Amino acid sequence: MLDLAIIGGGPAGLTAGLYATRGGLKEVTMFEKGFPGGQITQSSEIENYPGQKEVVTGMDLMQDWPEQCQRFGLKHEMNEITKITKSNNIFELTLIDGSKQEAKAVIIATGSVPKKANVNGEDTYFGKGVSTCATCDGFFYKDKEVAVLGGGDTAIEEAVYLSKICSKVHVIHRRETFRAAPNTIEHMKNTPNIELILSSSVDEILGDSSGMTGLNIKNNITNNVTSLDVPGIFVFVGRDVLNESLKQDDGSYLCDLNNNGEVIVDLSMKTSLAGLFAAGDIRIEAPKQVVCAAGDGATAALSAIEYLN
Amino acid sequence: MGKYIELTNDNFDATTKEGVSLVDFWAPWCGPCRMIAPVIDELAEAYEGKANICKVNTDEQQDLAVKFGVRSIPTIVFLKDGEKVDEMVGAASKQQFEEKLNSLI
Repeated sequence: MLDLAIIGGGPAGLTAGLYATRGGLKEVTMFEKGFPGGQITQSSEIENYPGQKEVVTGMDLMQDWPEQCQRFGLKHEMNEITKITKSNNIFELTLIDGSKQEAKAVIIATGSVPKKANVNGEDTYFGKGVSTCATCDGFFYKDKEVAVLGGGDTAIEEAVYLSKICSKVHVIHRRETFRAAPNTIEHMKNTPNIELILSSSVDEILGDSSGMTGLNIKNNITNNVTSLDVPGIFVFVGRDVLNESLKQDDGSYLCDLNNNGEVIVDLSMKTSLAGLFAAGDIRIEAPKQVVCAAGDGATAALSAIEYLN
Repeated sequence: MGKYIELTNDNFDATTKEGVSLVDFWAPWCGPCRMIAPVIDELAEAYEGKANICKVNTDEQQDLAVKFGVRSIPTIVFLKDGEKVDEMVGAASKQQFEEKLNSLI
């Protein structure tokens, strides 16, 4: 039986593993379906991770984390956990292949996935024009015009990134003002090939057998619909937390969640269920920053050690 | 030890013309591609002699990416006797790739 199972291998899960094993726990496994690193490996620029004075990509930032975090005995299993249950003080993890493992304590650090915009054509042309990763796919739109949907930090940062590759970037945002950090907005406004389409939303994504070919954009004030011929749209409209594995057979959840599906924790990352801890973007009021996720992971691990003792 | 096959314009057709092939279109700058890299390595070992586990570096092989209409990476294309039969976009787990491979073999 595992002393501690860590679900997810982003900054929160990796740091939890580092602290748990360095703190003396012997049987600690981190479940992550592939190479650890998490969603931040899709970011084009990190300039706010303390101690990292050069601006680096998310991939570069995370490069050495797995090696360091596994130095004290953390095991990494390339697998996915589909369900977590608890009975008689023991957690049971169901894996994607149906097999099961047991653990005395669990830290859930599964993070989140990009939210869908819920527009017609989004699923049809996903991967054929519709993308949620500018660093991955910007290359396929070199010297072409693309659209970015959203007005938060990620949307604006990635629009600026795409402006260096693409001939023009149309930023479609439902409001007149942006929620992104002032520094990021300033950066965007100084970029000549970014064009803003404000108070607007995407009505439909159009395409043919080769993939996406354009968009219908609706102005939310006038209700006018205009079309835009672009082969690609990058959707950054927020993220959904990955809490599926907490769902029980009767439809309830293993611990208390808020209305957004985020796990309710206290300052020591304890959930409503003894022995279950949460860290990173899956928890309530997560600042969604690498440094915060890492901090959560450390806190959760220290709490788990205390629980097991 | 099985290792994945690096595909280029020159060896693509010859490599994939017979049997089942998994082709991972990737690039060095892509986080989700790196995430599934160890999964592809494991599949190459597990399916040695049973399926061709291949990779295409889209940075170097842009013609192949265009030919298969790849606009997002990772895109994993499945071929049977040289014909594309299925594809998956984005990072997935080893078990999901195995399921697809097993259904084709």
